[in-house]
Amino acid sequence: MMNIRAASPTPGYPAPQGGEKLRAGVKTRMVSPARADLGFKWLTILLAGLIPLLMGAILVELVRHSYPALQRFGWGFLVSQSWNPVTQEFGAASSIYGTLVSTCIAMLLAVPLSLAIALFLVELSPPGTSRVVGGLIELLAAIPSIIYGMWGLFVFAPFMAEYVQPALGRTLGFLPLFQGPPMGIGMLTAGVILALMILPYMSAITRDVFRLVPPVMKESAYGLGATTWEVAYKVTIPYGIVGIMGAVFLGLARALGETMAVTFVIGNDHRIAASLFAPGNSIASTLANEFTEASDPLYLSALVALALVLFVITVVVQIFSQIMLRRLYRARGGGA
Amino acid sequence: MKLRPPTGRRLTNGAVSGLAAVSALLGLLGLAWILSGVLFRGLGALNWSFFTQLPAPPGMPGGGLANALAGTVLITLLATFLGVPVGLLAGVFLGEFGRQSRLADTVRFAGNVLMGVPSIIIGVFVYTIVVIPTGSFSGYAGALALALIMLPIVARTTEDMLSLIPDPLREAGLALGAPRWRVTLTVIFRAAKSGLITGVCLAVARVSGETAPLLFTALNSPYWPDSLGEPTPNLTVTIFNYAMSPYPDWQQTAWGASLIITLGVLALTLLARLSLRERQK
Repeated sequence: MMNIRAASPTPGYPAPQGGEKLRAGVKTRMVSPARADLGFKWLTILLAGLIPLLMGAILVELVRHSYPALQRFGWGFLVSQSWNPVTQEFGAASSIYGTLVSTCIAMLLAVPLSLAIALFLVELSPPGTSRVVGGLIELLAAIPSIIYGMWGLFVFAPFMAEYVQPALGRTLGFLPLFQGPPMGIGMLTAGVILALMILPYMSAITRDVFRLVPPVMKESAYGLGATTWEVAYKVTIPYGIVGIMGAVFLGLARALGETMAVTFVIGNDHRIAASLFAPGNSIASTLANEFTEASDPLYLSALVALALVLFVITVVVQIFSQIMLRRLYRARGGGA
Repeated sequence: MKLRPPTGRRLTNGAVSGLAAVSALLGLLGLAWILSGVLFRGLGALNWSFFTQLPAPPGMPGGGLANALAGTVLITLLATFLGVPVGLLAGVFLGEFGRQSRLADTVRFAGNVLMGVPSIIIGVFVYTIVVIPTGSFSGYAGALALALIMLPIVARTTEDMLSLIPDPLREAGLALGAPRWRVTLTVIFRAAKSGLITGVCLAVARVSGETAPLLFTALNSPYWPDSLGEPTPNLTVTIFNYAMSPYPDWQQTAWGASLIITLGVLALTLLARLSLRERQK
């Protein structure tokens, strides 16, 4: 305000010294909001653009640094079992196998559990209980991976070795899966801990999906005399199946890439064993254990190639998950 | 349609309901088991020297993780200063300018996928772009890795919180002649304040317990962090190294560090949730 008054020269008087400057000041002040706005907008566009750019940059860097190993071993890298830094032989088979098996165990346990928990939270428990129990289960997602690792190694693995694995060996020991000494650490323990870790993510999304079902549909089914289970099985689950698939894929991606908890309990052995009691390794655990030790360029390159394999797998699974969830929300008219 | 006799249906229903309740109980049991384990074993390791001294060699009495505590705080703070402003402004694009545009859609999609990329991959990425060119592990590299993890989280929660603010508020601000950036930063941000704080708290909570991205960026060190340009001590990597060591007193110290990390992360998470609940009232 002050500037404007001072800058408008009184009629009949010459403009005061410095008037040009003042007028220029006024001018920029009048133009600047639009220009500042444009600048602000472009700044936000630029920073938002960093996110997709980052995805691309990760891919480029991983490919660039894994190139020597991939060139040397070719597609055989994916199927070779040998992992020997001394003879410079590297194959990803045991790590990929361990990642897939531990994830499989986790999914087998966590998918039914998270569906059941979501059912409990939405259909069975009173709203107050549902909020408290749901909140506590979501708290499982807040606990850092390394804490799961500590607990898994020092508390849960001994428990598995003492009670669970001997019992499994006695009852299902005729299967090669459950043979061998109960050591506590190994594929099975890693899978169970992974299940606990992905449970909160999957049950939270499934719960939200169940809540999206229009009450009228459920009430109609109840009106026909259906029980709670029948409503869930024939109305709620079919209605939200896309969302449930999205939740499952999301949990899958988490389990595939989970590092610290698995590294603590999987046993870190580069051999493929039939038994789930045996120690193994996963892509992430191999990276965590060996990356800083890899002094040799080819060794390092092989590790980055492992990272590339993991990146590609998790991104593909994530994309599936996003497509599923998107389809659900779009169909229901919500935001992304 | 042929229905089974009602008793069978009722029995199935009862069984499924029971199973559902048991599943929820299992989840709670897991939480209680982990938290109580960390609490009981961790409390024994905490004492005055834990917070004030440098690590002692195995077998020596005393010693603490004061350097790792300081390092974790430094790295997390730097990551927050790097990641939060960028994430907030990216979120402003999504919530204010981009909205339904194609670019915003791409950013949203990439952000969701990025949130699911394993954090160890981010560690490898930062190793290749920072540690290899500079030739040394550093706290800066660790902070950058954590900031990259925070970026999509902050951006998406910011967008969600901005989308809760009704448009008339924006129009009112603009009608007063305020430029868009000013309306966003002083009016909309103020209205969405508690939500934005929630998002930032959650992002900080998420990264302050991260280990995998620090393993080959910040590495670890038994000394005080003189500068972030060298390997920087931090709690989570220390837990990993100590837990994997064969020395019982180091393992004990790892439990103490676990308790500190757990309490810190849970406190931030609860703070974030309370802040959000306040808003919803």
